[in-house]
Amino acid sequence: MLYRESGQFNTSYRADQRWFRLWQQRWVFATWMILAFVVVPLIGNDYWLNAILIPFLVLSLAGLGLNLLTGYAGQISLGSAAFMAIGAFATYNFQLRIEGMPLLISLFLGGLTAAGAGVVFGLPSLRIKGFYLLVSTLAAQFFVTWILTQCGWFSNYNASGVITAPPLVVLGQNISSPAGRYLLTLSVAFVLFWLARNIVHGELGRRWMAVRDMDTAAAVIGIPILQTKLLAFAISSFVLGIAGALWAFAYLGTVEPHGFDLSRSFQILFIIIIGGMGSILGSFLGAAFIVLLPILLSNLSATFLAGWVDPGQLENLQKIIFGALIIFFLIKEPQGLARLLEIVRQRARVWPLRF
Amino acid sequence: MTAHAPLLELQHISLSFKGIKAITDISFAVQQGEICALIGPNGAGKSSLLNVINGVYQPDEGVISFNSKSYSRMKAHQAAVQGIARTFQNIALFKGMSVLDNVLTGRNLKVRSNWLEQMLNSGRAPADYVSQRIKAEEVIDFLRINQWRNSIVGTLPYGLQKRVELARALASEPRLLLLDEPMAGMNNEEKAEMSAFILDTQREFGTTVVLIEHDIGVVMNLSGHVVVLDYGKKVGDGTPDEVRHNPEVIAAYLGTKH
Repeated sequence: MLYRESGQFNTSYRADQRWFRLWQQRWVFATWMILAFVVVPLIGNDYWLNAILIPFLVLSLAGLGLNLLTGYAGQISLGSAAFMAIGAFATYNFQLRIEGMPLLISLFLGGLTAAGAGVVFGLPSLRIKGFYLLVSTLAAQFFVTWILTQCGWFSNYNASGVITAPPLVVLGQNISSPAGRYLLTLSVAFVLFWLARNIVHGELGRRWMAVRDMDTAAAVIGIPILQTKLLAFAISSFVLGIAGALWAFAYLGTVEPHGFDLSRSFQILFIIIIGGMGSILGSFLGAAFIVLLPILLSNLSATFLAGWVDPGQLENLQKIIFGALIIFFLIKEPQGLARLLEIVRQRARVWPLRF
Repeated sequence: MTAHAPLLELQHISLSFKGIKAITDISFAVQQGEICALIGPNGAGKSSLLNVINGVYQPDEGVISFNSKSYSRMKAHQAAVQGIARTFQNIALFKGMSVLDNVLTGRNLKVRSNWLEQMLNSGRAPADYVSQRIKAEEVIDFLRINQWRNSIVGTLPYGLQKRVELARALASEPRLLLLDEPMAGMNNEEKAEMSAFILDTQREFGTTVVLIEHDIGVVMNLSGHVVVLDYGKKVGDGTPDEVRHNPEVIAAYLGTKH
């Protein structure tokens, strides 16, 4: 009953392009933002912030990065974790080697470095498509972790290649507390999601989708294919690079190159498959699912299956359930949780009628 | 009629795929503002010829003149910049996008803002979006697909998809419109509707049209100029009446006594 769009007309094309067309949507969004920016830092305990909310936000950012490339521009990649690693190690080195470098600038430069690497590894995409492209991004994945382990310079000659977070200071404020790190991650995520949303609803987003859906037709109507694909790789890797730096410094504190291995890339791919390819919101939903499901499963099994299942087997059980869910989503709802939410929204529009 | 230089002129175009000749030494001219039909049996090389004109295939020999400029090879992007738009035999729409977004991509060469402005939604981007949107909406009105504006193209029925593809081509404000079987698989009402849209396009915007069509009735009614191909060679070229009485054309379609 509350979700009614009657009487809410757009009277200009600018108005039609807004984020949220209905006042109901604007209120829901504002409530979420107040919750996230004000209420959560005030009442959230360290466990919630450290173990759930920060990894959730970072993974949703990583999901966003891959979603721009795979969901929107249609270029499949298994190199996401490699670009995260580049972002993390580049940010670390900018902080370490340039005296008095502000953290946010380092983050930005780390993202740019990842973007540069993304362009290099995106070059084959002009010639190869689909699964073959997947293999070439796999090369990025293995090459990057290898070189970060081999070259001591990247980790400042740490014996095991581990990098440690620099003191987190933004605008003179120390933000090393869980709430501070949470707010840093949230703010960066907010800005990047806003930019990504503008891209996707703008001309570049349309070009990406055109290349994804039918690249010969895209070329015939004048879209420069190579430039469009490389921009997708660059922007996607930029977001992934910043996500990687936040993963290293705002979440874990210390990280080694193997923290960004192939299984991390798969995890990010699962986020967008479950959340929804080609959906900004899907990146959030998928990340929430991936972070919360293991916690839910272990809580459930602790209550119901205590004594039945060996705790050591629990991790395997999680993998089995994940695998089954991914198969389920690929078959039943390839557009993921975002699509399910959209169906609910459509139902709410006409409730209590069915159509 | 021939006082002006033709808009499009093909001179001695030949094309082969790994030694198999698809098109052999074809020359013809299309005047500014006319509707020219390419007809011929299956495999005569009609679609290949369209692909040569808009740069999807590079001819082995021959020269294409468009708008008084000669090209021995044209790239697809270059053809689009020159004002050549087309539709495809098997619909080549962007299936995951809405009708409006499909039409807007048709205007991608007219967009003036760069991606940084679009990303920040500032600078030229907002005003640019509005002006592109106005033009796109004009095309949507023209082809009467308003009510499907926000539908995802992949969910629309076939006849509408053909119309959306025409809309995407028209959105680029082309000088030359290439239509590859715009009426394939349509019933008579849909054919009549599509014919009306093609005629309206030519009359209202002065667009020159080259189309491939198998329905001879439609071809004779629509076009003022017919080119007949058979086995990659040109066998007839002229007004519908001239072509109808051309013995070579009759031979290609009905066969001859040997």
